[in-house]
Amino acid sequence: MSKKKIISNEQRESVIVRTISRIMIPFIQLFGLYVIIHGETSPGGGFQGGVIMGTSIILLAIVFDLEEAERRISRKSLTALMSFGLLIYSGIGVLDMLSGGKYLEYTKLPLPLPAHEISTLSMLGVEIGIGITVMAVIILLFFYMVGDQNAT
Amino acid sequence: MIQNFPILVVILPLITAFLIPLIGWWRKKYCLYISILSILSVFIISIYLLNSVMASGVVRYDLGGWEPPYGIEYVVDLLSIFMIILIAFISLVIAIYSKKSVEKELSDNIVAFYTLFMLLIAGLLGIVITGDLFNLYVFLEISSLTAYALIAVGEKRDALLASFNYLIIGTIAACFILLGIGFLYMVTGSLNIADLSAKLPEAYSLYPRVVLAAMIFFVVGLSIKMALFPLHTWLPNAYTHAPSVVSALIAALMTKVGAYMMIRIMFTVFGIHFVTEVIPVTSILSWVAAIAIIVGSINAIAQTDIKRMLAYSSVSQIGYIVLGIGLANSIGLTGGILHIINHAFMKGCLFLAVGAVIYQTGIRDIRDFQGIGKKMPYTMAAFSIAALSMVGVPPLCGFFSKWFLALGSIESGKWIFAVIILLSSLLNAGYFFRVLEKVWFGESPHEGVDEAPKSMLVPILILAAGCILLGIFVFIQSSFIKSIANTLL
Repeated sequence: MSKKKIISNEQRESVIVRTISRIMIPFIQLFGLYVIIHGETSPGGGFQGGVIMGTSIILLAIVFDLEEAERRISRKSLTALMSFGLLIYSGIGVLDMLSGGKYLEYTKLPLPLPAHEISTLSMLGVEIGIGITVMAVIILLFFYMVGDQNAT
Repeated sequence: MIQNFPILVVILPLITAFLIPLIGWWRKKYCLYISILSILSVFIISIYLLNSVMASGVVRYDLGGWEPPYGIEYVVDLLSIFMIILIAFISLVIAIYSKKSVEKELSDNIVAFYTLFMLLIAGLLGIVITGDLFNLYVFLEISSLTAYALIAVGEKRDALLASFNYLIIGTIAACFILLGIGFLYMVTGSLNIADLSAKLPEAYSLYPRVVLAAMIFFVVGLSIKMALFPLHTWLPNAYTHAPSVVSALIAALMTKVGAYMMIRIMFTVFGIHFVTEVIPVTSILSWVAAIAIIVGSINAIAQTDIKRMLAYSSVSQIGYIVLGIGLANSIGLTGGILHIINHAFMKGCLFLAVGAVIYQTGIRDIRDFQGIGKKMPYTMAAFSIAALSMVGVPPLCGFFSKWFLALGSIESGKWIFAVIILLSSLLNAGYFFRVLEKVWFGESPHEGVDEAPKSMLVPILILAAGCILLGIFVFIQSSFIKSIANTLL
């Protein structure tokens, strides 16, 4: 039995929605980055920023289609990013331990900077790690939930 | 690096869990080896920690260099290190066993399986090592969520339903525990267990109702998590439909960690005076436990599926542990904690042996077990040892925890519980001898069934040997556990 599309292609291809999304997606990602980077001093952080980054790809998948989104960023690389982000986080903790401090005791890192700046930099690293993981997980969840219906 | 050992216990499995997807991409079979390596190093670290706890008392570790009442603190005391070693050892044995079983039952999901497996172990280790109440909740959620997912990967569709059922009930339990933590935080302003328990008496005199509500939330939530009758309904289906490895892991460890949390919150957070005299939670719990012991055993007799029978037997055995907590005297609590380790070995061995039979023949119905003992003698010998230990045959470990529990109930003047322990031993004998009779005396209709492969057989035999050794050398651990019980009471 052939797959029935609920929405025809002509209805899907709304020029207005597609053009606006195409313009907006880079700005959404930029805003996501902004939220991640300002995480340690102002409201925001890795989790919120990661979700915003993730929604940009989800918007792409909704407005165009799943294949287009998966062509931009594949499931395999998302899985790798998910692990990679967490490894950044725990890796910073392990580096702190290796340089003689306790787990996540940032100030012991041997960098030629004042203690509070090392702390800020480490926190930024942690936030980036969280951001990458949250983005990858949000997109993967969407891909799996939407993809399974199309699969059969 | 040595000063960082308490955190490494949690961080090593956690980092391994994140590495496995990357390694699994490259070579699938390395997932198993790196998991075993990581659990083995946790085991070695925990032996070292045991030494330093025995030598110089409680080991404390504050994360990120933040001081205890404000930052998260990890506390390794006697009870924690006891649980860490138990978790590391059992999960190591099960990881070795998992090779063949996972290859057969979950061939498509090996990478995901080991990721979840390591996360579950990290969660369980985190619960027992943390000295911070909210951190305990976070680790509880990590272990619960991974357990839901691990149950759902079972072969049949029923596993999804069982997992969903557990998800709903387990989430309600987690909400109760979170509310309990929130109430305590509201009245004391602290989440650190040591700090909180010091501030609690004053808080109780100011806000008695809030503290009582927190107590009730904790007791009900933890009872659901450890499947205490009548809140056990999620357990039989979850154990029955999960893959064999997962059944063994959660049966041996998940409910035990629930029991650990119960002990920790009752005796370390609220304190013995509060739970026995201010509000008699312990005597209520001991009655509930007595009912659980009987009801679990009777339900187990009625089952035809062997995994479901073992699951109901777990309900009854959890009753023993809670009875030990409920007696709240030194000997009774010793029996309860002793039963945590004994039951982990016995039930782990039983589930692994049944998993090996299912792996070789696919049978689960007790009536089909006829003569399987002649085909798989070593597996079934281990099964029989663990089963006899469950019944409470003297040289085996199960006898001694029941003995301590009976002594404890006599000491507190509650003879009825000793009678219940005796009665339940008879019921245990009823359902286990029914299986053993089929296994050893019967003509085997199974043609061409061989002994289980070595990688499955060795873990089963290790756990069976554990049942014997823990029984013969009971005086070593019972004196150790008695000192744990005395620090708690």
